[in-house]
Amino acid sequence: MTRIKNLAAAPTFYAALAGMILFFSSWYFLTETLTLPRFKNIPDPLSVVTEWSAIHPKYGVSLFTKPYYVDILYSIIRTYAAFAGAVVFGVSLGIVMGWSRILHNYTFPLVEIFRPMPPLSWIPLAVLVLPGIELPVVFVTFIAAFFATVLNTLLGVQSINRDYFLAAKCLGAKPRDILFHVVIPGSLPFIFTGLQIAMGIAWMSIVAGEIIAGQRGLGYYIYEAAALFQYEQVIMYMFTLGFLGYVSSVAIRYVGNLLMAWEEAKRKAR
Amino acid sequence: MVEKAADKGHVVLNNVSKCFFEDEKKILCLDQLSIEIPPGQLTVLMGPSGCGKTSMINLIAGYETPDTGSITIDGEKITEPGHDRLVVFQETALFPWMTVFNNVAFGPKAKGLAEKDIKEKTESILETVGLQDFQDKYPTQLSGGMQRRAELARALVNEPSVMILDEPFRGLDAMTRELMQEFYLKLFDETKITTLFVTHELEEAIFMADTVIILTYKPGRVRKVVKVPLERPRHFSVSASKEYMDIFNDTIEILFEEAKKAFDHDDASSLDIIQSLKRNSDDS
Ligand SMILES: Nc1ncnc2c1ncn2[C@@H]1O[C@H](COP(=O)(O)OP(=O)(O)OP(=O)(O)O)[C@@H](O)[C@H]1O
Ligand SMILES: [Mg+2]
Repeated sequence: MTRIKNLAAAPTFYAALAGMILFFSSWYFLTETLTLPRFKNIPDPLSVVTEWSAIHPKYGVSLFTKPYYVDILYSIIRTYAAFAGAVVFGVSLGIVMGWSRILHNYTFPLVEIFRPMPPLSWIPLAVLVLPGIELPVVFVTFIAAFFATVLNTLLGVQSINRDYFLAAKCLGAKPRDILFHVVIPGSLPFIFTGLQIAMGIAWMSIVAGEIIAGQRGLGYYIYEAAALFQYEQVIMYMFTLGFLGYVSSVAIRYVGNLLMAWEEAKRKAR
Repeated sequence: MVEKAADKGHVVLNNVSKCFFEDEKKILCLDQLSIEIPPGQLTVLMGPSGCGKTSMINLIAGYETPDTGSITIDGEKITEPGHDRLVVFQETALFPWMTVFNNVAFGPKAKGLAEKDIKEKTESILETVGLQDFQDKYPTQLSGGMQRRAELARALVNEPSVMILDEPFRGLDAMTRELMQEFYLKLFDETKITTLFVTHELEEAIFMADTVIILTYKPGRVRKVVKVPLERPRHFSVSASKEYMDIFNDTIEILFEEAKKAFDHDDASSLDIIQSLKRNSDDS
């Protein structure tokens, strides 16, 4: 509760509010008052909100219709499945690479070649190899999130002060103790930075994946609505994506803070 | 309480050499070093920055192996790290992600002691170092002096044969530093735990040591072994005594010479020692 209060009392809250008001009024101004030639087909914010919250929406989908939630659910499940895979495999590979010099030498160049490949460039191969429609979409999302996670985890392990390993060793730690009590906690701050990035990338790729290879889901629907010139729907889905992404990253930060109580203590000690 | 360490922790370095490569160039860091760290005594190691004190500690700790010669503890050859020799590092190495309690309990847990014994031992040692009320804090929430005491506790709880302290009080303010010196001496007087102590401060060295060993700069050899027969328990007033002054004056010259040599080797980090030594000799 106090947290929320603090947040509201912070000057950043008013700044954020002012920023939003400015943004939405300029949007309104550009599309309704000025009606610039290239902007006049864009719906103004009021009609987007009206459509979004209509019980009987013009184009059939709003907060009060079932398809809206079905699309959200499809996208969430795909994104989180891909993200979960990226966490499990990405963190494991990152830790192994950070820990074993030999494995690092074998895999690092490969990782660095694969990492910059845009997720969408994987679609042809994904469709070719993986059965059905769900798997290829989830796969391209996974692949993007995976490499962001690997790299950050690796950096996290490498960031750990060498003295911690020496101290653990002379205190009689076995490799297992070192993994669970030094390597993993020591790289958590980097891992969570990586997970934030991975989550962002996952939301970006899911939409692209759905547009190209999907059926249902937010990305797919944006594409459909655009083809039918239902721009209120397009914008409303864009904002839905924005909110989902935002909530996801707040959730990751929340889990991160739970797992890294010492970081919080450090910030307070300053 | 820490138990009497009896006469454990007799460390002998016999003809130990160690080389490092710096920009493809082979540099002799320790040159046929033969040193004895007698059990139940406090031995201080001094020498200019970069002369190989930490390297020697790494060898005794078993983190690295000597190129030639051998190191034994109580007659047994040292081959790997073990909790009979515990190192307290130059920079604090408490795990920031563990509470003070868990940091201290790390050794006993790794050894696989029963939950009850771990708790008992840890709490009793925390009491010894006066941190019982801080056991659930994280290291960053402690003051510098408390962190050092927590680190001592983390080592002591394992009942090591030798405590190896690499400039443990560096970075503490003068007041805290003196309190820590007094604290460690008291602990030492009670336990007679064999100790190897590295420092740059001659006052600290003489105040604490039974023996001060001075190393030379590149290659690291023993320059001089100074006995400090001042009576224990010691009080800070000892620094006003004639014996203390004699030892001080005998030693400061040598240290200054070695620091100067290191400085001429263009090792800028030794500048601060020269300055601190200058300051000291001006004072006296
Ligand atoms: N792992 C290493 N690889 C290469 N050179 C090293 C290594 N460890 C130490 N050295 C070199 O050996 C020399 C001795 O270093 P060491 O850290 O033992 O000095 P020190 O006496 O502890 O100095 P200080 O008082 O600054 O702590 C230095 O010149 C250092 O550059
Ligand atoms: Mg050193």
